[in-house]
Amino acid sequence: MPDIPGASRVEISRDEVAHLADLARIDLSDAELDALAPQLSVILESIASISEVAADDIPPTSHALPLTNVFREDVVVPCLTAEQALSGAPAKEQQRFAVPRILGDEQ
Amino acid sequence: MGDLIRRSAADLADALAAGETTSVELTRVHLDRIAEVDGAVHAFLHIDTEGALAQAAASDARRAAGQLASPLDGVPIAVKDVLATDGLPTTCGSKILEGWIPPYDAEVVARLKAAGLPILGKTNMDEFAMGSSTEHSAYGPTHNPWDLDRIPGGSGGGSAAAVASFQAPLAIGTDTGGSIRQPGAVTGTVGVKPTYGGVSRYGLVAMANSLDQAGPVTRTVLDSALLHEVIGGHDAKDSTSIDQPLPALVDAARRGAAGDLTGVRIGVVKELTGEGYQSGVQQRFDEAVQLLVGAGATVVEVSCPNFVHALAAYYLIMPSEASSNLARFDAMRYGLRVLPEGIESPSAEDVMRATRDRGFGDEVKRRIILGTYALSSGYYDAYYGQAQKVRTLISRDFDTAFYSADVLVSPTAPTTAFRIGEKLDDPVAMYLNDIATIPANLAGVPGLSVPAGLADEDGLPVGFQVLAPAMADDRLYRVGAALEALLEKQWGGPLLDRAPTLEVAR
Repeated sequence: MPDIPGASRVEISRDEVAHLADLARIDLSDAELDALAPQLSVILESIASISEVAADDIPPTSHALPLTNVFREDVVVPCLTAEQALSGAPAKEQQRFAVPRILGDEQ
Repeated sequence: MGDLIRRSAADLADALAAGETTSVELTRVHLDRIAEVDGAVHAFLHIDTEGALAQAAASDARRAAGQLASPLDGVPIAVKDVLATDGLPTTCGSKILEGWIPPYDAEVVARLKAAGLPILGKTNMDEFAMGSSTEHSAYGPTHNPWDLDRIPGGSGGGSAAAVASFQAPLAIGTDTGGSIRQPGAVTGTVGVKPTYGGVSRYGLVAMANSLDQAGPVTRTVLDSALLHEVIGGHDAKDSTSIDQPLPALVDAARRGAAGDLTGVRIGVVKELTGEGYQSGVQQRFDEAVQLLVGAGATVVEVSCPNFVHALAAYYLIMPSEASSNLARFDAMRYGLRVLPEGIESPSAEDVMRATRDRGFGDEVKRRIILGTYALSSGYYDAYYGQAQKVRTLISRDFDTAFYSADVLVSPTAPTTAFRIGEKLDDPVAMYLNDIATIPANLAGVPGLSVPAGLADEDGLPVGFQVLAPAMADDRLYRVGAALEALLEKQWGGPLLDRAPTLEVAR
């Protein structure tokens, strides 16, 4: 195996999964963490070969058909009304999205 | 009436033109069929009886006034539940969007409406299109009409099963790694992934933006061409939309159906046959290639050595894009909001975490975590960066192959439909279903799956894949229609004539 992080020991620990879930803002249960860690290790093992494939001089592709400078005319076009934009909101107030508090106790 | 539902969309358009039927009648017989068989198939998540009949009545009025909106005006259609439909629920097969009613239409849906196709309802899918079996739908799996204990493919199993069980003559699917073509293969139907940028993604709920593409799901190649011409073409609302006219797709399908492929060079992709492919799949594929030779085509073997890395590249790029796309489900602006238990005055972040845990299913969580991992610092260059380079290598393989062949061919999927539940706990085995379809998404080239017959060992449908260079979608239709015509001549009718009769609920 090549000397890159992760691939030399394609194993992802339960703690790592918990950290990733935290980054992804998902409250995983203990049972989910137990199940996910080995599954992700297997998946990673099957894709780790990728690190050996492409040489440094190969340019990356982000989109298959590259398009540049896609502009439109600077004209007003119809858009959603405030009522439409709010129509799926879990909570709303005074024509705005109503959300839980956004600051923590320590702030 | 039993006859009407089995006819192709092209035939139905002719029947409408000849005054043999009306759009209201066509819509009604399909709604009746849904009521009869969808309890067992579960292709639909939502049915819009009233809306479809109103659109059908409007179509009949246009016809009476001599003002048809398109060649398919009045022919009903089903739409995968990943496309926003103004006023109709759009769930993406997820609990996090349960009950969400979009305030706008996806561009594909707007074009269907403008072309006069009544929308019967929304079809089932793997949650956020993540899967190859439709088992990852939060609303229960769809069943394959050929064998109700088997999967209909995925993620667009609902659209394919709807068409295969004659609940709709046409449907829309989306294909990120094979979600149109693989369900087509395992249900004995036709599916086309257009060139990336050929059909607008506006209003298509994104899984992986650089790979997602909507396209036709039908029973015949000509029907796909007709539908493709309705939904395709430039849209200023999608910045990756190709600003060029579509090739003449319907013409290509009609020309192909005449059965002459003289001068067409067909490349068999060495890396997409042989080991790992079920024997009955390989057999039907090899016979189909011989039929094309009989029609005048020349066959060459081409090698695309980097295709072996396509699955790995895909399972880094797709989850990376998906994990950032699905960050939008934050419980603030639309969709589910869950308050965490045991926290007094929870913060927005607490609510977000609880909502995403409750609202997302296992496969979605797996891919978000995998994508978060691949994008995190320290791993980015080794994984995501490398995957993007492999993407370049795969595009170069296609370029080289298309230098010696006009189209490339392979089996669409390595196996026939497997049993529901069989691969649910083995993600890697599930991912292998897309091994032959993924390269096209990575390179943005178009692909089609057409039925090639039934595998000897299990009597289940096999799909034949045709791939063409970007923006040469017409070649898919020419070769696909030729093969379809030659095979149906052998079979004495469409493959779906051999599907078992579904029990009708009363």
